[in-house]
Amino acid sequence: MKSNLQFDFLVDKGNNTLTIVREFSAERQLVWDCYTKQELLDQWFAPKPFTTKTKSMDFSNGGHWHYAMVDPEGKEYWGYTEYYDVNPIDFYRTIDAFCDSEGTINQNLPRAKWHVTFNDKGENSTVTTVVTYDSLNDLETIINMGMEEGMIATLEKLDELLATLKK
Amino acid sequence: MKLRRDIFQAISDPTRRAILVLLTSQTMTAGAIAENFDAARPTISKHIQILNECDLVEANQQGREIYYELKIEKMKEIDKWLEQFRKIWENRFDQLDNLLSTINNKKNEK
Repeated sequence: MKSNLQFDFLVDKGNNTLTIVREFSAERQLVWDCYTKQELLDQWFAPKPFTTKTKSMDFSNGGHWHYAMVDPEGKEYWGYTEYYDVNPIDFYRTIDAFCDSEGTINQNLPRAKWHVTFNDKGENSTVTTVVTYDSLNDLETIINMGMEEGMIATLEKLDELLATLKK
Repeated sequence: MKLRRDIFQAISDPTRRAILVLLTSQTMTAGAIAENFDAARPTISKHIQILNECDLVEANQQGREIYYELKIEKMKEIDKWLEQFRKIWENRFDQLDNLLSTINNKKNEK
């Protein structure tokens, strides 16, 4: 069943964008809620083995989400998402950032713009996420960070790739 | 760490991307590549050199000429690399699937 759900992941190196389309087996209102309500967002946003911890959230124009992804050892990686252009239940836009536990934004790390759109697809829904980085180098930095922080086990495969590139 | 950054810097430049596109159809000399751009020849040579250092193109001597060839496998490795990024999203969405089905099952029980 799950395998039948649409999942497109497109990287446009020319425009520095990621476009991610995913279908969900639920009505649009519920999917919207999962993206925009803290108690629901906390249950899925951080990829395994991380968990999500929200410090503060105000889902509204000009509002923000200050959260941490917590690894199994308890180390916290803080993020800050600013919301704008909120149009329930069609779309919203955000600007993301890395920050500290106090919400002070790290200006040295890349920020990306997110445009998250919700559509009906029969009884299901689709969510289209377009993430735009200022440059491809920014995208690369984000990917590298994922690896350095041990964000996900599969990224270890990058080490093998590196070995072949170094030769 | 440095090497990975180099590869992404290589393809982050529009001229270098254009050179890679040119080389998808045929091998070319530096001179033939330069003819496609307004930039000065040494500038184009520098771009080619960077691509070469990053292993994205290969220089092959043929008689008196050096022909540059796109190394398709290296380009694919960049895509493979991005594939790892995709896995993060897959994982995240799988968790959302579970959450949605949990919520929907609870609703149906009521």
